[in-house]
Amino acid sequence: MSKKVIQAMYNDDDILMDAVKEVRAANHHIEEVYTPFPVHGLDKAMGLAPTRLAIAAFIYGCIGLAFSTWMMNYMMIEDWPQDIGGKPNMSYIQNMPAFVPIMFELTVFFAAHLMVITFYMRSRLWPFKDAENPDPRTTDDMFVMEIVLDENEDEMSAFLTKTGAIELKVTEKL
Amino acid sequence: MYTFSSKLKTFSFALMIIGALCVGYGFLSTPSTLEESIEMTSHDSHDTHAADTHVVDAHATDAHAADAHGADDAHAMHVFHQLQNRPWSALYVALFFFLLIALTTLAFYAIQHATQAGWSVVLFRVMEAIAAYLPIGGILLFVFLMLSGMHMNHLFVWMDPEVVKGDILLENKVGYLNVPFFLLRAAIYIAGWSFFQWHSRKLTRAQDKVDTGAYRKLLKRSAGFLVFFLITESMMSWDWIMSLDPHWFSTLFGWYIFSSGIVSAVTMIALVTMYLKSQGYLDIVNDSHLHDLAKYMFGFSVFWTYLWFSQFMLIWYANIPEEVTYFITRFEDYRLPFLGMVGLNFFFPVLVLINSDFKRVNWFVMVTGIIILIGHYLDIYVMIMPATVGEQWFIGIPEIGSVLLIAGIFIYVVFNALSKAPLIVKNNPYIKESEGFRY
Repeated sequence: MSKKVIQAMYNDDDILMDAVKEVRAANHHIEEVYTPFPVHGLDKAMGLAPTRLAIAAFIYGCIGLAFSTWMMNYMMIEDWPQDIGGKPNMSYIQNMPAFVPIMFELTVFFAAHLMVITFYMRSRLWPFKDAENPDPRTTDDMFVMEIVLDENEDEMSAFLTKTGAIELKVTEKL
Repeated sequence: MYTFSSKLKTFSFALMIIGALCVGYGFLSTPSTLEESIEMTSHDSHDTHAADTHVVDAHATDAHAADAHGADDAHAMHVFHQLQNRPWSALYVALFFFLLIALTTLAFYAIQHATQAGWSVVLFRVMEAIAAYLPIGGILLFVFLMLSGMHMNHLFVWMDPEVVKGDILLENKVGYLNVPFFLLRAAIYIAGWSFFQWHSRKLTRAQDKVDTGAYRKLLKRSAGFLVFFLITESMMSWDWIMSLDPHWFSTLFGWYIFSSGIVSAVTMIALVTMYLKSQGYLDIVNDSHLHDLAKYMFGFSVFWTYLWFSQFMLIWYANIPEEVTYFITRFEDYRLPFLGMVGLNFFFPVLVLINSDFKRVNWFVMVTGIIILIGHYLDIYVMIMPATVGEQWFIGIPEIGSVLLIAGIFIYVVFNALSKAPLIVKNNPYIKESEGFRY
């Protein structure tokens, strides 16, 4: 089912932020906002649900910590104990200080990489994917707000122009 | 304008009086003679020294064991000195801890000026007030160090010529570690810090009346102060803490002290701000400011752990006798405070403050902050006590009393300074940004 949307272009992030608040206050549904860079606080202004990426990152970090603990124990204690600097090689806990840097690094590694992969999956981004942004200028200096058009088009256009939009376009969206 | 409520004033005086009584008790209850000391330690059945003193008695009747007897006497003498050191050390830990908070708050404040930070402008008066403890705390600490120099206590063993004599490591250090130079350095540090505290306060106070462009002056002078601070703070940590173990050294010690100080400083800023907010002041400070402070508490806690662990791991791995002895005493005699503080200073804040929403809940940050301060008090405690009182440590009346005494003075000075100036600076070009700071 396709719906009719109106795309309003803005050339400044502060104007965009105010416009988003005004549009929401007027009870219009904002479909999506495309920006060339992350705009601080935009998610809150749009009323998006808070991201759960942080929780995922914490879990990934815990997995990394657990994995590195198991890995160092297997490598250095069980499989091939080595005498390094006379440190006891039969006990994990007594050797633990030496493993802390590895445990720390793998915690960061797991959290960072898995978080990025999760983010791409959630945003439905993968290699060779066609861009979804409606106008190539949103990668340069333009901000586009997409609003579902459910009423009078002229009234909506006048309203959006008043919020500071410099260009308007009505299209069908799949 | 903030008015220093009579309730808080009474509270601070009560702390000072109770603290002073406890400190006095601490000094009176130390043994004044060797016999008393032996008496005290042998009565304590939990203490391993009880066994030692029985050995002394047994040997006393045995004329052939003169050598062993001599060694036991030396040991008893050592314990006696440690017991005598205890109230002094307790006072020193508290003095140093609060001075460090004031000093690093001043450094944090200077960083805000030097980086022209926008968000923190509404907190400037709180930082200035905490830093106002610096001259007073500095003088108190200086008096303490002078008393040490006059051999009123034996915290700094290198001050004793008998100890230095024949000890090649200490003899080599005499050019740096001698009482006059030590006191001269202390005077330079304290005077330099106090000067910037006074000067920056004067500039922002003048700016309140009319725009003098003080923020431009403060930008340059804060940068200058930060250079002075980093050098003197490092040297201060060698002089006042590391020289307690004059054989031992650690190359990142200055950073380590700084990291402990800056967590405590940011925590103190957050606590004072939240207290003022709870009293209906500082309306302009919102959750976002608090969130930023809590983020600093979180981040610097991790930074502290990084340095704590870095210092430990290299020494543990290299296992050089004169270095590793530092950690052996801490693991053997101070296991609970030494490892417990890692829980309080690392695991606790990391797990509790990792959630973004919790950083905005006032009471939550308040409770966490108090626990962080206790943890960093323990950190300073474990830096000082093993060198001065050794196994004779306990957190009892002298320690708690010292903290109460200095905390009373600290609260009085800080809130007195707060009541002297409007709580929000005026005419700062970033004040609008700070007031509207939302995240």
